[in-house]
Amino acid sequence: MNKISLIIQREYFTRVRKKMFLITTLVVPIVMIAFYVLILFLSKSDSSEKQRIAIIDDANLFNGKITSSNKNLTFQFIHNETEQSFLKKFNAAGFQSFLFIPHSIDATTNKNFVLHSEKAVNLSIMDDIESLINDAIRSRVLIANGINPVEFEKNSTNAQLDNVIDTEKGAQKSFTEIAYLISFVCGFLIYIMMMSYGTQVMRGVSEEKTNRIAEVIVSSVKPFELMVGKIIGIGAVGITQFLIWIVLLFLLQAAIPMIYPDVTNQINNAALDNKEGVMALNSILQGVSALPMLKIVSFFLFYFVGGYLLYASIFAAIGSVVSEDHQEAQQLVMPVLMPIIVGFVIMSKAVDNPNSTEAVIGSIFPFTSPIVMMGRITADVPLWQTILSMSLLMATIIIFTWFTAKVYRTGILMYGKKVSWKEILKWAFKKN
Amino acid sequence: MNLVELHNVRKYFSSQKAVDDISFNIKAGSIFGLLGPNGAGKTTLIRMITGIFYPDSGNVLFNGKEFDALTHHRNIGYMPEERGLYKKMKIGEQALYLAQLKGMSKQDALKNIKEWFVKFEMETWWNKKVEDLSKGMSQKLQFVTTVLHQPSLIILDEPFSGLDPVNANLIKEEIFNLAKNGATIIFSTHRMEQVEEICDQIVLVNQGKKILDGSVDAVKQDFKENIFKIGLQSTQKAIQTDLFEIVQQLPEALLIKLKHHVSTNEVLQHFISNDFSIQSFQEVLPSLNDIFIKLVEDSSSARQFQNIN
Repeated sequence: MNKISLIIQREYFTRVRKKMFLITTLVVPIVMIAFYVLILFLSKSDSSEKQRIAIIDDANLFNGKITSSNKNLTFQFIHNETEQSFLKKFNAAGFQSFLFIPHSIDATTNKNFVLHSEKAVNLSIMDDIESLINDAIRSRVLIANGINPVEFEKNSTNAQLDNVIDTEKGAQKSFTEIAYLISFVCGFLIYIMMMSYGTQVMRGVSEEKTNRIAEVIVSSVKPFELMVGKIIGIGAVGITQFLIWIVLLFLLQAAIPMIYPDVTNQINNAALDNKEGVMALNSILQGVSALPMLKIVSFFLFYFVGGYLLYASIFAAIGSVVSEDHQEAQQLVMPVLMPIIVGFVIMSKAVDNPNSTEAVIGSIFPFTSPIVMMGRITADVPLWQTILSMSLLMATIIIFTWFTAKVYRTGILMYGKKVSWKEILKWAFKKN
Repeated sequence: MNLVELHNVRKYFSSQKAVDDISFNIKAGSIFGLLGPNGAGKTTLIRMITGIFYPDSGNVLFNGKEFDALTHHRNIGYMPEERGLYKKMKIGEQALYLAQLKGMSKQDALKNIKEWFVKFEMETWWNKKVEDLSKGMSQKLQFVTTVLHQPSLIILDEPFSGLDPVNANLIKEEIFNLAKNGATIIFSTHRMEQVEEICDQIVLVNQGKKILDGSVDAVKQDFKENIFKIGLQSTQKAIQTDLFEIVQQLPEALLIKLKHHVSTNEVLQHFISNDFSIQSFQEVLPSLNDIFIKLVEDSSSARQFQNIN
């Protein structure tokens, strides 16, 4: 035990003290935040652009009256001009674009509207103008049918639908977006852990093998201890990195308003402008508190650790088998990566449909369950499926660690030979 | 008192009888030479002695007890032929780590490392990395890490390869020192002149079998071919006799091979009575190199693959 802890310490500290670790750990959250800020600034600068738009309203759709909620848009009706004649003048007259509404509007398709401009028009402006046209057409249709559009607007209802999930534990509101987000983040973290730290285990093992230090070490400790120490040590590096990221993201998020007060105003304005924004913020908080967080966290931890252990031991065995040849490693790694990727795909679908057949199977099959189960944790997973999935995963970890340890102890001392899957299996089943 | 005993040890791999029924004993405090051509099974034997492999059958006794990796790891220092150290790790930390893996406390390990680093003039290396060292330097470091934890059994696989004569001598001195202080040393090599110089006892393995076992002197006695070197003032005079054959004629000496049942006195008598002026007379013992080649050359130089069931 003491020796394993020595190995864990070495694996952990040699990695954590590396410059690369520091750089990736610090740079990634900063880059993420920087992107976030950049996007905010870009969206701000886009919408502040003033647009003067000319309208030739041959159909008299707007009755010479137009008001937009977007304060950056100003409209002016042009008379005594045709589409063709004004086309050459609108820019000189100080308009960025002009809208042409032909005399006869096709009531069914409503497709013959054209916005002429010198430069491509921003999509949000297009949206604004489109909705103005739609409103005008609707008013006209309503009037034609003897309905006062103002009365109609006053009496139109705005129903809001909440999905309530009823279980034995009582009614719960469903917060699909929040659930989606949590599932996705959990699944993604497990995916990253398996992919990047699993392959780090592989590289570490094959480094020990090609450095020929493995033989020195296994004359002091059991190969199994070396393998376990490495897997735990590297896993701890991964957890350290994730924790630092979470703390840094949290701190940066808190620090940004102090450095750039503009940004917070921006967010607040956006929220005030848009009632939905405020509601979204409220429902995030509400959603998080409504979800069974304890269950989610414990599921996440179980599958995070389990998934990593399973794949790390497989990667360790592969690392012990290959020598310097990276191409050889690639060939052996491919079939191992497949279930991880498939699991990720199933997970992203399981979020929408947590009880579909593939989600259920994927969350029970031990090679995909750590990721797929994350797609289902915000929904209610039947108890038998949970128990089956967890015990299958644990059994697989035990069996696989046993096999991979055998492959590992043969592999790390074997040089210069290209090894096939068949041979690896032979080592695994060989009596010792 | 034997430190290590191998009894009918066997290890078969899928296509090789790597070690096929080998037994021998290693006396405590001796320097033991494990010899054999490439692929003879030396490394497999060593790996069984160090507990890296378990024998398929037979047993390995350490200090009279069945080998047990957990308790005996501490007492063994192994320097494999394929040298290995963590390239990116600082040298001091690396030595400390390896010593701690052998079960030393941190203080003891640090004390020993400092002593050895002073002895080998490596004090300035502490914060350097292995990748900064030359081949010879890392060889020295490897030797230090092998003997740091004061093992009672030290196994050195080709310890001098890649060393210049000065450093080779330094290590050789240390090997003698360690043996004098009670450590047992297994020395695996195919460099026979080193074996003659260093080893007390040797075992020669070939194709997984032991073909020779004994002290260096005894082995030489066993393989002597009754060849003598006689120094003469002149070797020009014709010699006709049934007592011996001339193996080689040198300007002032003859190498002669005595026939069976011929005593050295008879031979000398012959030279004296024929008026030769004798200046020296001594027996020529075969070198280990000759014995090695003689024993091994009959077998095909490369091992053949075979099916083991």
